Amino acid sequence: MTSPLFTKDTQAVFWNNNKKAIQRMLDYDFIISRVKPSVAAIVHPTGQSSFQKFFFGNHEILIPVYLTTEEAVKNHPQAEVLINFASYRTAYNVTVDALRFDSIKTITITAEGIPERLTRLLNHKARIAGKIIIGPSTVGAIVPGSFKIGNIGGSVDNIIRSKLRGKGCVGLVTKSGGLFNEMCNVISRRTSGIVEGVAIGGDRYPGSSFAEHLIRMDKYPEVKFHVMLGEVGGTSEYKVIEAVQNSNITKPVIAWCIGTSAQYLSSEVQFGHAGAKANAELEQAYAKNNAMREAGIIVPEKFNLLPKVIKDMYAKVLRKKQSDIAEEVEEEVISPLPEDFNEAFKQGRIRKPTNFVCTISDDRGEEAVYAGVPISRVALPDTGYSIGDIISLLWFRKRYPKWATDFLETVLKTVADHGPAVSGAHNARVTARAGKDVVTSLTTGLLTIGPRFGGAIDGAAKYFKYGLDHNFTPREFIAYMKEKGIPIPGIGHRIKSVKNPDLRVSELKRYARENFYDTKLLDYALKVEEKTTAKKGNLILNVDGTIGVLMVDLWKGLKYKDVEINQYIEGGTLNALFVLGRSIGFIGHILDEKRLNMPMYRHDTGDVLYKVSMAEEIK
Amino acid sequence: MAQKGILEYDAKALIAKVWDNYFGTDFKFNFKSVLIDEQNSMKNRLNSNSWLKEQNLVVKPDMLFGSRGKNNLVYFKDREAGDVSLDKAQKWLKDKMGSEITLLDGTKGKLTRFIVEPFIVHDPKKEYYICASAKPECDILYMSSTGGVEIMEEWDKVNSVEIPLDVDITELQKLIYDKVPQNIFNKERFCNFAVGFYLLFKDLHLTYLELNPFVLENEEVFVLDTVAKLDDTAGYLMHETWGEIQYHSPFGQKELSPEELMISEMDERSGASLKLTILNRNGAVWPLIAGGGASVVFADSIVKTYGAEELANYGEYSGNPSQEETYHYAKTVIDLMCRKKDSKGRDKVLLIGGAIANFTDVAKTFNGIIQAFNDMADKLKDTGVRIYVRRGGPNYKTGLRNIRTAAKKLDLSIEVFGPETHLTEIVRLSNEDMKNY
Repeated sequence: MTSPLFTKDTQAVFWNNNKKAIQRMLDYDFIISRVKPSVAAIVHPTGQSSFQKFFFGNHEILIPVYLTTEEAVKNHPQAEVLINFASYRTAYNVTVDALRFDSIKTITITAEGIPERLTRLLNHKARIAGKIIIGPSTVGAIVPGSFKIGNIGGSVDNIIRSKLRGKGCVGLVTKSGGLFNEMCNVISRRTSGIVEGVAIGGDRYPGSSFAEHLIRMDKYPEVKFHVMLGEVGGTSEYKVIEAVQNSNITKPVIAWCIGTSAQYLSSEVQFGHAGAKANAELEQAYAKNNAMREAGIIVPEKFNLLPKVIKDMYAKVLRKKQSDIAEEVEEEVISPLPEDFNEAFKQGRIRKPTNFVCTISDDRGEEAVYAGVPISRVALPDTGYSIGDIISLLWFRKRYPKWATDFLETVLKTVADHGPAVSGAHNARVTARAGKDVVTSLTTGLLTIGPRFGGAIDGAAKYFKYGLDHNFTPREFIAYMKEKGIPIPGIGHRIKSVKNPDLRVSELKRYARENFYDTKLLDYALKVEEKTTAKKGNLILNVDGTIGVLMVDLWKGLKYKDVEINQYIEGGTLNALFVLGRSIGFIGHILDEKRLNMPMYRHDTGDVLYKVSMAEEIK
Repeated sequence: MAQKGILEYDAKALIAKVWDNYFGTDFKFNFKSVLIDEQNSMKNRLNSNSWLKEQNLVVKPDMLFGSRGKNNLVYFKDREAGDVSLDKAQKWLKDKMGSEITLLDGTKGKLTRFIVEPFIVHDPKKEYYICASAKPECDILYMSSTGGVEIMEEWDKVNSVEIPLDVDITELQKLIYDKVPQNIFNKERFCNFAVGFYLLFKDLHLTYLELNPFVLENEEVFVLDTVAKLDDTAGYLMHETWGEIQYHSPFGQKELSPEELMISEMDERSGASLKLTILNRNGAVWPLIAGGGASVVFADSIVKTYGAEELANYGEYSGNPSQEETYHYAKTVIDLMCRKKDSKGRDKVLLIGGAIANFTDVAKTFNGIIQAFNDMADKLKDTGVRIYVRRGGPNYKTGLRNIRTAAKKLDLSIEVFGPETHLTEIVRLSNEDMKNY
């Protein structure tokens, strides 16, 4: 007795980490109660040797992943099938490579579009090596109740509905994969289903032919008759006729060649399958249908009558009257498989609360958007969008007018750098010199930002706004801060003074006066400055303070409500401006260190006052 | 993606380009041909091809059909062979360019493209024939010492040799040498040429290559006529060698429309498969079918039920195309069918069909079609389009529900069926409805 193509012990090496197709195979294993998973190993040449997680029913299993077929075969010598899911560019090499291994008996090739010469050559080599090739350009094969290749049979629901879980009585071969499923459906509605099925693939040169598979299936005792769906183009149907005439196929064959319309069409059409074009009269579908009919194969008048002839044949082989066979009733399919979350979710059958909410950008569509605006519409200079616009979109979900976005950019430029000696830049440079990367060095610098370094913008905005909102006079405001014990944020400079003003501040003020609707808080802060500088010349409104109060004025000009402005300040928006701007400078310092390749920094011990005494022991 | 015929001009240019690799310095090939079409007149070609003025010429159509001699379309003599000067050639071209003709085999078409070459003085008894062709399990090389227009009549004088696909050079030389036609004087030399010819055929992923006739008398090889087909799936390997080869429709068929071209370009870029051939823009039945097999079954069924003249297009989408791809594909088909109303005042039929998919996500692809409905709803209603849907596969229930809901919302006429209904039942059903209408 000829052994079937696959058994319940058959295992495969799956070439290419196609998680969906592999999961489908394992789901099939589960619904037919296989013990061993049908996929023994995965070959994924661009990945890493490791494991990949899959569901096997309710629980998860790990399937080993290898970089080469050789490794996979060596470690899994029991695997007899190679499922080649490589692209058309690599499918040939993968197949030829696999022919070397004795343990591999059958190779299926999914790719469509392999050059014909390569396909013919690999078929030739496979014949010499004595391997069965199924494909190229195929969805594969199935032995119900035992093993299936990749996606064949479709969803679990469809597999159950088409009686593909256990052996029926029909041998099925088709070229097309979609029509394979369709025929399983047709057959399952009129008979007990198929025993074995192969889709040989839509290419001009399939690796194995209708005849080879039918001759094998003919020998299975379970098979009572065959169904074959051929196609215009090629001559492989004639091989079946030959086999019938030579009695290599002894059981009844029902067959139909699709593409009967080709001869009626006004122009030459290349149908979807590469092989589906007649190069000669005898490759025409009608010619093949006629020839098969003459050879005693059952060929209906048209495709639509296939269900009927299948039903008739089923009655005949069961030696029953047709009326005694009840038309199969469609049963509601209940899948024994635990439902897949993603599938059920997609179909709207289950819901789940989201854990995150995002209101600023969306990457799900055609193109990612910033607050609704596609990136391509903001990226190039001629779109009219500047960095300031992008900040306004992503930070504030609005597009600010030009005077405001210009101000945001002015702030960034103003705070971008303040030399290597300030603590943040110093830390960044020291870290870079310790050989750390850009991200680490940059974050070291950024982590220095706080109440004493660069953090005054928030505070200035917050307290000056508080003072103005409560109608404190400058004097009252200074008293209030003193009472709280907080030095006024944004007031005071190391060197600059009334007589030696900070030009950055002067420019910011000038810009605001010329472009803002109003500079109320700035004016208030300057009145406070009048009082503080009266005490000491360097207690001026510094650059941090100016930025802080002007941002409040900016928002006021944009008609923000006080609660919104307070929320932004509390949220650290203003410090964020400093972080963003100063990152430019920090990165400059880090790259400078990398360029100079200075050695590891060690602080001069002479610069440290060592005053260490013996630790007191507490008893 | 399949076997495609290329122009004689392109075939010769390709052979010339790789000549030295296959024929070394033993044989010389002087590529002297120009292509004349409605855009490129002989005048345009004169500057870079001064030989046109100096030599007598042969002019013939270069439009992917054979038997040009028998169809009296090879112009090489006015009073006697080889007396066609540039002037005469131009006159003949002027007369033929754009003319409608009917070939002996009944094919009708317009002449729009010609190849012009120098007339080669040679002994007609020394016209040889060589041809290589791809078979499923081997290649076949045909050789004859009596080439020319009568080759089919003298086929019994043709030697053929089956060449194994993994042949090595020594074996190849022996196989060919043993079959060099009897009355060829310099067997060795012919054999060397044939070996080079076969290797060129093989390496360049051609599926058919014929030189008929060619002249091998002296050092220089004259190829009087050639036919070539290549396998365009090898395009990714042959990019440099082939260069930018343009494919043309067979003679008598219109060149690709912008819509067909757009879909074929989309197909090339995509991992999925998208095909569209417009058969009759005035047809009433427009299939929009998923699957290389199912689409053929639908074409068969429509032709059988409605008659071939009503089938407006052949097409298919498969291999799990993205929603975006399906949208463009569906919109193209719908747009084509809605350009004008039916000339007989009937409704039109849009068949959205497919078998039970193995892995194509039906809901996802249907979302693309729904998107096209949204864009085209008014036109669909104006044109009077009845929509019939039949599909199965992953997520088909959601897909069918969505498409029904969307169509109802847009007030489109639609009927929706799943795998419980036979694949092509909607063809019959639509026809019944049209009759009752």
